[in-house]
Amino acid sequence: MNAGRPSTTRLHWYWVVGATLVLIVAVIAGVMVGPIALSPVDIMASIINRVPFVSLDTELSVRDEAILWEIRMPRVILGVLVGSMLSAAGASYQGVFRNPLADPYLLGAGAGAGLGATIAIVYAPATSSWIVDPLPLAAFVGAIGGVALAYVLGYTVRSGRTAVTLILAGVAVASFLTALQTFLQQRDSDTLREVYGWILGSLNTAGWGDVALIAPYVAVCLSVVFIGRRLLDILAVGDTEAGTLGVRPGRVRLIFVIFATLGTAAVVSVSGLIGFVGIIVPHTVRLLTSASYRVVIPLSILVGGAFLVVADIIARVAISPGEIPIGVVTALIGAPFFAVVLRTSKGVVS
Amino acid sequence: MTVALEFRDIGVAFGPHQVLHDVSVEVDAGGWLGIVGPNGAGKSTLLRTVAGAVPYDGSVLVEGLPIDSRSQRERAKLVAYVPQRPLFPAGMAVFDYVLLGRTPYLGPLAAESRDDISDVWEALEALHLVEFAARDVATLSGGETQRASFARVLAQKAPIVVLDEATASLDVAAQHEVLELIDRLRKEMGITVVSAIHDLTAAAQFCGRVALMDGGRIVGSGQPGEVLTEELLGTVFEPSIRVIDVDGSTVIVSLRTEETLSDQ
Repeated sequence: MNAGRPSTTRLHWYWVVGATLVLIVAVIAGVMVGPIALSPVDIMASIINRVPFVSLDTELSVRDEAILWEIRMPRVILGVLVGSMLSAAGASYQGVFRNPLADPYLLGAGAGAGLGATIAIVYAPATSSWIVDPLPLAAFVGAIGGVALAYVLGYTVRSGRTAVTLILAGVAVASFLTALQTFLQQRDSDTLREVYGWILGSLNTAGWGDVALIAPYVAVCLSVVFIGRRLLDILAVGDTEAGTLGVRPGRVRLIFVIFATLGTAAVVSVSGLIGFVGIIVPHTVRLLTSASYRVVIPLSILVGGAFLVVADIIARVAISPGEIPIGVVTALIGAPFFAVVLRTSKGVVS
Repeated sequence: MTVALEFRDIGVAFGPHQVLHDVSVEVDAGGWLGIVGPNGAGKSTLLRTVAGAVPYDGSVLVEGLPIDSRSQRERAKLVAYVPQRPLFPAGMAVFDYVLLGRTPYLGPLAAESRDDISDVWEALEALHLVEFAARDVATLSGGETQRASFARVLAQKAPIVVLDEATASLDVAAQHEVLELIDRLRKEMGITVVSAIHDLTAAAQFCGRVALMDGGRIVGSGQPGEVLTEELLGTVFEPSIRVIDVDGSTVIVSLRTEETLSDQ
């Protein structure tokens, strides 16, 4: 009698299709929009032409093809990767810390990356003599180092290892690293603009090299978070009860923090500290669909990518030929949008 | 009768404060052990050792083996636990909440099978919660959330169920209903129940055995009639406790003394 009855929380196909369509539309808009407009039909034809043994006529000149494939496409794909990763990392942090305000930078990844980037900009200006660009490397190492420091500090607290002590350790580490970063930044005012620009985030430097650099990290980290998303629902009942249900909350938290942090470190190393995405996207998904992480994680991956591509379009065109830092756009557009969702939705912020 | 769960020489200290002193008590398979005693006696702490939520000395034996010699998942298949104040996550459907009970049977990366889903519907039916399946668990009333907790316990299919003050927040009728329900499930499914319980009358009426705790020690254990006496309860609680027989059932009340009455 019960066998045919479905469970109540499912990742409905129409949610996935809807979110995928939003992402596709955002990507096409992202490559269309710019000083030289490209038609969506030509873009589609050019994309299909990349399939072996297929050849369609397009109106695109060689220059247009170069703009599409060498400038806009890598930037848009980078936006998808960064947006998806930050959103999934934010949702993961909110799950493992049972804290709606958690974002990917909670444990010091942002502050660590900021310090690393500042050190690289101040002490190792990029020149051709470097085998690898020191800036992304320093930001990556800084982000991982910040979180590792918070974890070590949080887990050596004598009064007990809980999610709360870990968050407090993260706050302490982030404050400390931000103070160091600000000190360096103020002492070397020549690089102030560059440091500040990096911190506000940008997809401007994007080329296929950046995409190739972070894609493996994003693929692995998103896969782990996606596959393990059911565990986040179990942690929602608290560590003690989760333990009596057969999972080890500390271990689950560690795995999610490792992969959310690794992915975050990879994307911020090339995009800078784009804020707000990791909070606004999971909460919007939650308010519009379900609070279950079975739903929140996959939809955040799709919607997060679309959101950042749209934010980047606005960043590029709003004051063209100038560019607004994308971190400013995500907050400027995202906050009012989120306020509308919050006011009109019947969903629950958990 | 085989022993399902045994606490052996359990000691718990929070810093310099020793809250449990060599507590030993056991419960037979299919029985109901009620842990009674005043606030701060150590009832919850004792039960939290089963959940692995407090570090302890001594051993907790489940079906003869130390509980910490088994993997976390194996433990969860044997013992289900409902804390004093369970967390009901906002936005989680009742169905999904009960589905958490199937966790021990799933690999870390596996999804629930049809059988798991079917077990959840059975648990919801047993606790008259089918119509609430899609409701947000955080919007349920006190009695309904208790039923949701038990539905999760049922879905967990553990032979031993540990309940910490399961009925503390319920009115007298709802409490009675929940306790009857636990007793029915115990008899029908042969599960063993260990519960901390404040209501001495309820303990006398429902538990096959009771352990009376005071100051982190067990001061009496056995059948309710042997332990819940005016003499023993008077020393642990207050001298004005009366144990009354009403139509063959035991009722335990605390009477006002002449001294306090005369103040009015």
